[in-house]
Amino acid sequence: MTRKNIKYFAILALGLIACEPEFDTPIDGAEVYVSGKLDLSNYVALGNSLTAGYADGALYITGQENSYPNILAQQFKLAGGGEFMQPLMADNTGGALLGGNQILDNRFVLVFDDKGKPVGPAVYTGAKPTTDVSNKLTGSFNNMGVPGAKSYHLAAPGYGNVAGVQAGLANPYFARFASSSETTVIADAVAQKPTFFSLWIGNNDILSYATSGGVGEDHNVTGNLVPSTYGSNDITNNNVFASVYSDLVKALAVNGTEGVLLDIPDITSAPFFTTVPFAPLNPLDPSFAAQIPTLNATYAGLNMAFTALGVPERAIQFSATTASAVVIKDESLTDITAGLTVALGGAFGPLAPIVAAQYGQARQAKSSDLLTLRSSGVIGKVNTARVAELIGMGVPKETAGQLSVNGLTLPLEDKYVLIPEEQTAIKIAQDSYNATIKAVAGANGLAFVSAKSLLLQVAETGVSFDGGVVTSTFASGGGFSLDGVHPTPRGHALVANALLEALEETYEAKFPRVNIGNYGTVTANNEVN
Amino acid sequence: MKKLLLLVLFVLVTLVTYAGGYRVSVQGQRAMAMGHTGVAVVNSAELVFFNPAGLVYLENKLNVSVGASGIFTDVIFQNEDLGISYETDSSVGTPLNLYGSYRVNDWMSVGLGVYTPYGSEVTWPTDWAGSHLVNNIDLAAIYIQPVVSFKISDYFSIGGGPIYVIGSVNFNRNLSRTLSDIDGNRSNVTVEDSGVTKWGWSVGAMFNPTENLRLGFNYRSEIIVEVEGGEATFSNLPNSTAVPLTNGTTTFDAALPLPAELTVGLSYEYNKWVFAFDYNRQFWGVYKSLDIDFGSTPTGPDSVNPRNYKDSSAYRLGLQYQATDKITLRAGYYRDESPVQAGFFAPETPRNDSDGFTGGLSYAITPKLAIDASFFYLKFKEVDASYDHYKENGQEVPFGGTYKSSAFAPGLGLTYKM
Repeated sequence: MTRKNIKYFAILALGLIACEPEFDTPIDGAEVYVSGKLDLSNYVALGNSLTAGYADGALYITGQENSYPNILAQQFKLAGGGEFMQPLMADNTGGALLGGNQILDNRFVLVFDDKGKPVGPAVYTGAKPTTDVSNKLTGSFNNMGVPGAKSYHLAAPGYGNVAGVQAGLANPYFARFASSSETTVIADAVAQKPTFFSLWIGNNDILSYATSGGVGEDHNVTGNLVPSTYGSNDITNNNVFASVYSDLVKALAVNGTEGVLLDIPDITSAPFFTTVPFAPLNPLDPSFAAQIPTLNATYAGLNMAFTALGVPERAIQFSATTASAVVIKDESLTDITAGLTVALGGAFGPLAPIVAAQYGQARQAKSSDLLTLRSSGVIGKVNTARVAELIGMGVPKETAGQLSVNGLTLPLEDKYVLIPEEQTAIKIAQDSYNATIKAVAGANGLAFVSAKSLLLQVAETGVSFDGGVVTSTFASGGGFSLDGVHPTPRGHALVANALLEALEETYEAKFPRVNIGNYGTVTANNEVN
Repeated sequence: MKKLLLLVLFVLVTLVTYAGGYRVSVQGQRAMAMGHTGVAVVNSAELVFFNPAGLVYLENKLNVSVGASGIFTDVIFQNEDLGISYETDSSVGTPLNLYGSYRVNDWMSVGLGVYTPYGSEVTWPTDWAGSHLVNNIDLAAIYIQPVVSFKISDYFSIGGGPIYVIGSVNFNRNLSRTLSDIDGNRSNVTVEDSGVTKWGWSVGAMFNPTENLRLGFNYRSEIIVEVEGGEATFSNLPNSTAVPLTNGTTTFDAALPLPAELTVGLSYEYNKWVFAFDYNRQFWGVYKSLDIDFGSTPTGPDSVNPRNYKDSSAYRLGLQYQATDKITLRAGYYRDESPVQAGFFAPETPRNDSDGFTGGLSYAITPKLAIDASFFYLKFKEVDASYDHYKENGQEVPFGGTYKSSAFAPGLGLTYKM
């Protein structure tokens, strides 16, 4: 019995081991996924906010975890990819402190009403930010995306110097992990000896001009080739971009290091510029409808002056049946303040110069104008700063109020509108940058992804997935976060899949894709003040 | 040595099975060792479960069988397109069984059984890719059954009795593929209840046309366990009116069927050998949908999860050999068909068709007391399957990939007769 028992239990034990289930072709086995010509053991990602995982107007942990470089790196792990370190923020509040004082705003969240209907984005106030940019992180990071960085910033010494953050001379995000106060982003990247890199830079070289409504300078017009003298809302000169970009890639592609380059999407793909229509004034809105007769009666006099001054096309009229365009200031128009002052002298007396100045470059918006997302919060509201200004100029209080309704009586300021001339300036730069990026990719034998084509597809037809269609519709489309510019995790997943496809084509690799339906979109939260 | 070789062969050659859905066919050490046959085998008090009609043919006045098995189950999942793979936390289930019978007189025996024919314990890694369907589930049903058995003649007997069921459930899943709180923690719900009771019954008959041949029939009724006012706990919901739910506890109602099972079979004794065959029909067709209605929301079921099971069959073969006075060897095989239909393969009960291989032995310590040992190994084919009826914004979103399961269960028991 004893001898038999021993045998019996020995076999039992064998059976236990043998019964572990195993697949015929386990995905972690050899040859299922391959890196092809790539060495993915040390992937370093360079770029701006898009690369960092910035979303909802802020950088926070879950956004970083769902950044396209991190998604890529997780897929790479099945094909020889190494660890991927990110300079994670301290929380999911977004926002940041400098020496205890808040210098960057918290993230946006989507607010819902009592009936479960979305109201709109608002800044999250449920917790205080805890990331202090003066707390230096140790070690080096694979994700070197720096929110706010323009092309030339990656090679700018001192860009990560925390002492320069307050004065706007350095970047608060790079200050957290720059290896020294003098270093550059590119130097810290190269020092990591990447075996593979991605570079998506140049967006901010036009985007900050665009999101600011074109208030900056276009250095393709000024011909200024010295980026250190550029303002933050300027367009980088095409030649400066080409030269800086080539140098960045040259530094990264040293010794034949492989990589992938992404081009610059159209600003018009982003809900920041497509959400607010040029004609948002709806006569079905009772408060606006009530004002229409008075507005038209008031503008009738101005319209006569426009005609008399030879600019009848600037006439302003509000419809009682269809949506009307807002009144904007178009700085490309000839300023007719002087003529208007004379023409309005009879009706407005001593106030004529003030009124004339207000409408000297005014017109109603056209379908070719792009209103920024920020304008949605001000249109139809009384501009209190303007009221105070007018009162200061001696305008009676009541009249000052009447003249200060944003977009109705007070032309929307330049910063809220991208007029066609500004759009053209942006497009000229974008086309030139994209030509550079594609040429540099070709010249260096690197993989290339047209983020422009991808986002155009999202904006025009949407991209279907197992749970619906991703579009660029603000808040509900799934592709863009609540700042209207940066992607959601789902948008990042889409970018990651496009990159994987390009890498497979260029480098004979094979990678698993991600299911974009498993990636979230915007965050609902009512903890807002 | 020859006997040893025979033993080894038995153990190696033997194949056995489990059963589809959340049925756990481990209701007796001796039967288990013989492919879980027993509707026509007169051997021990395990008949309380397999066929109460047979109890009157047991030789002894008092028969007691107790046993327990440790079921080690493993399920692995992978999706090659997405490069994801997961494995369930190797859970150990411990079904118990306790049977006793007493011959009151020449034509009547009474018995009592406590057994656990239904249960499921599956734990996937929290927040895994299928977490919107299940993170973990633990179902258990304890059956308590008094039976009575009447000998109509030496050729024919009948038996049966009421069944008292005590059920419990603990089930957690995420509310959707993406819903989370501000920190990215996935919103989820746990439903939990225990001590849910319900009555059912079973009835059996046995026919012995010759001295060596027995035919058996047994039917166990369907029992639908209804949870009313169980505890549902929501966690990690966003602090928002976007979802009509709040963190914390509410009640839930749900119903889970424990399907009826019909068994017919035969056994044949020849010298030292016993051969047995059982056919089980499990009426899983009753399991159409798992609907959960939460108390905090006003109307209708809040979570509708179509299951659409079909009736299924199991085919069981068993063999017993009286090796020595003290040692009895057993082996068996069964084929168990899954009740899960294509497109309804949910990871909470990832069962496809399986082959079971069983073996075991009894060692008589004294003429009255024997130790019973059994094991079974359940082999599942690798299967590409999906659950296609999870809805997101009114659209069905499939979840699938390749699954492979296995189950292994060694068991020990004691048989006492007097």
